[in-house]
Amino acid sequence: MSLDLIGLSVDIGGRRIVSNIDITVPDGRFVGLLGPNGSGKSTILKAIYRVHHPVTGQVLLDGADLLAMRHKDAARRIAVVSQESTVEFDFTVLEMVMIGRTPHKGPFDRDDDKDRAIVAEAIERVGCEDMTHRSFNTLSGGEKQRVLIARAIAQGADHLILDEPTNHLDIRYQLEVLELVAGFGMTVLAALHDLSLAALFCDTVCLLADGVIVTSGPPKAVITAEMVRHAYGADVLVVEHPETGTPHLIPRRSAREGLPLSGPVRPPQIQ
Amino acid sequence: MRQGDQQVPVPSASPPAPSPHSPDPGAPIQASPWRRRDRLPLWIVLVACAVLLLVTMTLGVGIGSVSLSPRAVWQVIVDHLAGHPKNTVADAIVWQIRLPRVLLAAVVGAALTTAGTVVQVLVRNALADPFLLGISSGASVGATAVLLFGAFASLGIWAVSFGSVLGALAAMAAVFLISRTRHQLAPTQLILVGVVLSALFESVTSFLIFRGNPQATQSVLFWLLGSFGNANWAQLPIPAIALVVAMGYLLSQGRPLNAFAMGAEPAASLGVDVHRLRRNLFVVTSLMAGVAVAVSGVIGFVGLVVPHIVRLIVGSNHRRVLPVGVLFGAAFMVLGDLLARTIVAPQEMPIGVITAFIGAPTLIVLIRRRPYLYGATQ
Repeated sequence: MSLDLIGLSVDIGGRRIVSNIDITVPDGRFVGLLGPNGSGKSTILKAIYRVHHPVTGQVLLDGADLLAMRHKDAARRIAVVSQESTVEFDFTVLEMVMIGRTPHKGPFDRDDDKDRAIVAEAIERVGCEDMTHRSFNTLSGGEKQRVLIARAIAQGADHLILDEPTNHLDIRYQLEVLELVAGFGMTVLAALHDLSLAALFCDTVCLLADGVIVTSGPPKAVITAEMVRHAYGADVLVVEHPETGTPHLIPRRSAREGLPLSGPVRPPQIQ
Repeated sequence: MRQGDQQVPVPSASPPAPSPHSPDPGAPIQASPWRRRDRLPLWIVLVACAVLLLVTMTLGVGIGSVSLSPRAVWQVIVDHLAGHPKNTVADAIVWQIRLPRVLLAAVVGAALTTAGTVVQVLVRNALADPFLLGISSGASVGATAVLLFGAFASLGIWAVSFGSVLGALAAMAAVFLISRTRHQLAPTQLILVGVVLSALFESVTSFLIFRGNPQATQSVLFWLLGSFGNANWAQLPIPAIALVVAMGYLLSQGRPLNAFAMGAEPAASLGVDVHRLRRNLFVVTSLMAGVAVAVSGVIGFVGLVVPHIVRLIVGSNHRRVLPVGVLFGAAFMVLGDLLARTIVAPQEMPIGVITAFIGAPTLIVLIRRRPYLYGATQ
């Protein structure tokens, strides 16, 4: 059982944004989508949840054509958490999370006890019980993101799409958000900005550049200095995380600053 | 003020036991978030607004050059409903003149409030309104064109409303297309384009009327500032039917509307068919604004002020905002019309003057409270 993108190409405004994308997300795995700004990470994700329509290719969920499903049925299987966004209306945390029940309800259905129990549990799982009745807009960025994760949980899907969910968050909340999501055992496809963080949490990563997948595989195989230079055009050192052994990026200054670039690169000492 | 009383929260007002218990007795954590500071129960707000509407309608029918007691007003109404109308002066005043006017004001108030609420969701901005976006003035162009040039004559009594709805649709499409920048709608652009087109449409309306009849100042005033002065029973069915149909659809879409308020992309991820919903909301907004303008001219700010007050009371869950808005918007307009015909009696003030007096300061306060929506850096 898996979520499969097969030969996916998406045009926006007549321009090809991503082409021939193949990604497989096996059940229970955390797959990261990496790549520089504008490389097409979001576009791929948005093709899965129907903001963009692929010109070619397929999205299969357990072998069934996801894009041919009814909107509601697709949303019952796949939930999305994207970058923290502002909401121009006054919703409480409770109301926000209840919106996650949308794909499960018919036109005139009221919230029933089951919905309330699911929503309360979702709020509890992200640790937001004490802000249940607060207005969503009064929360901090990290708190908002937790509430949006609760909404995704209440949606009852077994797949989660994350579109740079840690943008604009400080390091504590970045870790918190990813730790939270990784702990659910859901199948996750996440566009991530921070390669070191991605290496910590992902089982597999796909590296994107200019709308095509350059390479994919376990983080250790993909996140290398050459690959980062190739995809991002940036000069970095890649070292091993001292605890997990996952690749970790260390930025370097360019030669123009008068720093020596040539010669053997010695990994820095980390205690 | 009566509305003032409505806004006082009633914390201990015996909630209607929404069975907040968790199904699992071993999980007490689930029960606690539901008790504290939940929103006011919907039925309390609905009952309060219904009472408010009945009171304002009774006052609206009773007060005037000849004032009638609430009791006399209801006596006439009961007589008519029972099928035994009496041939009295009070009967003529209530049934022929004031009741159709008050009912029309109520329906138009409800329609404009609904249009405002929906257009706010459409553009994801709590400061939008069919008047500010030029939709109402577009409708008035359509209505006056029909009246002066006899377009759609085959539609009979529906012709003016039809032209008006068509004008609203065209105006709305124009505002959205012009202010669209690549993939998103920028609120600042939207409002600016709306204001510009609104001024243009008002001039077109005036131009059409003066071409039709150079002595038509009165008629221009009607279309630009609105009035219920010509109200009669025959005008009621079209807006009333449109309101019922639109509300039926919107109430069925309460959850998708809430999802759409998060933005089009989150809504898509929540299983909402965004394209279909957006198109339907377009039509509903134009329908509501169009039928309202066809019978009462362009009445500004109602679609902005009333949804805002309602959102303050019940939050932004549209399954609550919409029904409460209908009752509150109706009461607001009935009260506004009562003021319009009494404060300078025996003269009559265009109702748009009254609603602008209330609406403009409200808008300014709102903009100052949330400057970032209008392009200021956060």
